[in-house]
Amino acid sequence: MADWVEPAARQGRTSLMNDPKVRSIVLQVVALVLVIVLGWMFIDNARENLAAQKIATGFGFMENTAGFGISQTLVSYSETSTYGRAFLVGILNTLLVAVIGIFFATIIGFLVGIGRLSKNFVIRLICSCYVELLRNLPPLFQILFWYLAVLSAMPNPRQSISIFGEAFISNRGIVVPRPLFGDGTGLVLWTFGFAVLATVLLGAWGRQRREETGRPFPMLWIGLGLIVGLPLIAMIVTGFPITFEKPELKGFNFVGGMRVIPEFVALTVGLATYTAAFIAENVRAGITSVSHGQTEAANSLGLRSGYTMRLVVIPQAMRVIIPPLTSQYLNLTKNSSLAVAVGYPDLVAVFAGTTLNQTGQAIEIIAITMGVYLVISIITSVIMNTYNKRVALVER
Amino acid sequence: MKRLLSTFALAGAFGLAAVGAQAAKLDQVKAKGFIQCGVSQGLPGFSNPDDKGNWTGLDVDFCRAVAAAVFGDTTKVKFTPLSAKDRFTALQSGDIDVLSRNTTWTISRDTSLGLNFTGVTYYDGQGFMIRKDKKVNSALELSGASVCTQTGTTTEQNVADFFRANNMQYEVIAFATADETIKAYDSGRCDVYTTDRSGLAAERLKLTNPDDHIVLPEIISKEPLGPVVSHGDDQWFDIVKWALFAQVNAEELGITSKNVDEMLKSTNPEIKRLVGTEGKFGEGLGLGNDWAFQIVKLVGNYGEMYDRNVGPDTPLKLARGTNALWTKGGLQYAPPIR
Repeated sequence: MADWVEPAARQGRTSLMNDPKVRSIVLQVVALVLVIVLGWMFIDNARENLAAQKIATGFGFMENTAGFGISQTLVSYSETSTYGRAFLVGILNTLLVAVIGIFFATIIGFLVGIGRLSKNFVIRLICSCYVELLRNLPPLFQILFWYLAVLSAMPNPRQSISIFGEAFISNRGIVVPRPLFGDGTGLVLWTFGFAVLATVLLGAWGRQRREETGRPFPMLWIGLGLIVGLPLIAMIVTGFPITFEKPELKGFNFVGGMRVIPEFVALTVGLATYTAAFIAENVRAGITSVSHGQTEAANSLGLRSGYTMRLVVIPQAMRVIIPPLTSQYLNLTKNSSLAVAVGYPDLVAVFAGTTLNQTGQAIEIIAITMGVYLVISIITSVIMNTYNKRVALVER
Repeated sequence: MKRLLSTFALAGAFGLAAVGAQAAKLDQVKAKGFIQCGVSQGLPGFSNPDDKGNWTGLDVDFCRAVAAAVFGDTTKVKFTPLSAKDRFTALQSGDIDVLSRNTTWTISRDTSLGLNFTGVTYYDGQGFMIRKDKKVNSALELSGASVCTQTGTTTEQNVADFFRANNMQYEVIAFATADETIKAYDSGRCDVYTTDRSGLAAERLKLTNPDDHIVLPEIISKEPLGPVVSHGDDQWFDIVKWALFAQVNAEELGITSKNVDEMLKSTNPEIKRLVGTEGKFGEGLGLGNDWAFQIVKLVGNYGEMYDRNVGPDTPLKLARGTNALWTKGGLQYAPPIR
């Protein structure tokens, strides 16, 4: 399209009005100006009307004291914090559900998707049932099921299920010991970081060697040894600086330790299992799109079926899997706004819910909330598209 | 979703409407032939639909009183169920004409939302409900408790204030609707359920075993509940305000739905002014002079409305208490009709 030039324009015989390139630019500029002017008039008129009705406007409310409590905060927050802080808490809570949910949805989705193509009848049946059941029920229903049905079966904190007396499961969530970092923790963390870096570099080297010589490198075991072993040695050297604070039952609830609230569990499990059903179908589609000749070729080279899957089929299937997978990641992130149904303090519940109601500034708050979801979605898309470019078939 | 739609309607209404060019609300209401009234999604005693979709309750009856004043017909009212979060946006955007949804009157709501509270239909206060087997007798013993409440309510802030003021730890879990909140409390997720005490009495009826729960004696806040209208139409504001005043005055004068017809023959000037046989007070509101007569005849006086919906003979069993007339030691007081 870009290479195509109107012969008349090249010869300069007709006026600019008839030059399609100039004409389209002019039209686009006019359209853009119109949109901006209309948008500005809309905002200005709205502001004037709101002021006439004495409805508060502007973004000054972000500095005011919030005055309400939030059950899960990843950054320090108290009732005396500002609405701006509550906004940040909401975004982080949304991101936490999105990231953890995407992580588990991907793993479950791949396992179920591969399972649907299994030669074993029972596995195939289980995986088919999983997909058909979960993707055909509304996600809100599933989240409420995990929250109300599973939660009501849990004991109260006084009769909680104890795991070796260290962690406790009750209808208040899962409480685990909280690590306390003493002197010398720095060294342990540094060795851990070093081990991770070494594993990544070693992995890259191992892959290169495999591609050059065909000899596999036992990366899993060596990496695991590095990541667990090195920090362990550092811990012994520094005399175990990391201690754990045990949760204790005091009054109504557990005091001390770290707690995963049931709202988070219900929402994340509900979203991850629901989205996994769709991802499984994407994975199955991707795998079946790889011609059977590839598998036969790999088999005839003597590759075991696990390797055939991991090294031959999946890398080619990824080209088909990635684009719809991105959509599923975006869906999961947006579906996390169902949080308010189970009382999880995500962005919509904290900001577009409580904050909106206390300040009454609906237009500003809904606009900000939409903006945040847009930004999160665009960032996810950019990351996935970059990855997609890397695995895409290079055509010449 | 409803909130999002309301917000778009709000943005549209304010973004597209010409400044200050709105017809009078009374004319709009008369033209469409009914009053659109915002109520709760189901709170027994205040606004609750039965299985046939007929609404009952104190807040619902108040809407009918307004319809009686405007149309002389209590059926000319339609109800919009709203969650706590959506209620103000619905009023601001003009989706509803009156909000009558156990809504607490506070300064920030009155001054920054573009709304006017027209009076107090029910004087309430926030309380706590807890299982009997927790063996708690006072709200001051609640340190460390998990508290279930509904988002977008004054209760959410009151509970934060109460626990902070008494140096107690707590965890608050806020749900979108009253139903989800009470279900989570019933399933044991929370130790305590908190809302207005009238709400506790109503929601308690929804629990699996209502008798296993007690309401703690402390009242931690003032919750004057009343109807709300938008800014910008003083005539409509007056009509809604005086609909309640007429009901309170009627009770004070001993006028009930049963004797109101006889009262037309009364010689007492106060009664004559209320039922419209003397003076032209309805004209000042833009209504007929029988406006208050219609309210009392079709809906009843304040006491009748109270007893029918939340009084001692109803499942809620709420004593008049602070809601008794001022002449009987309560707070219900109305300016005179003269």
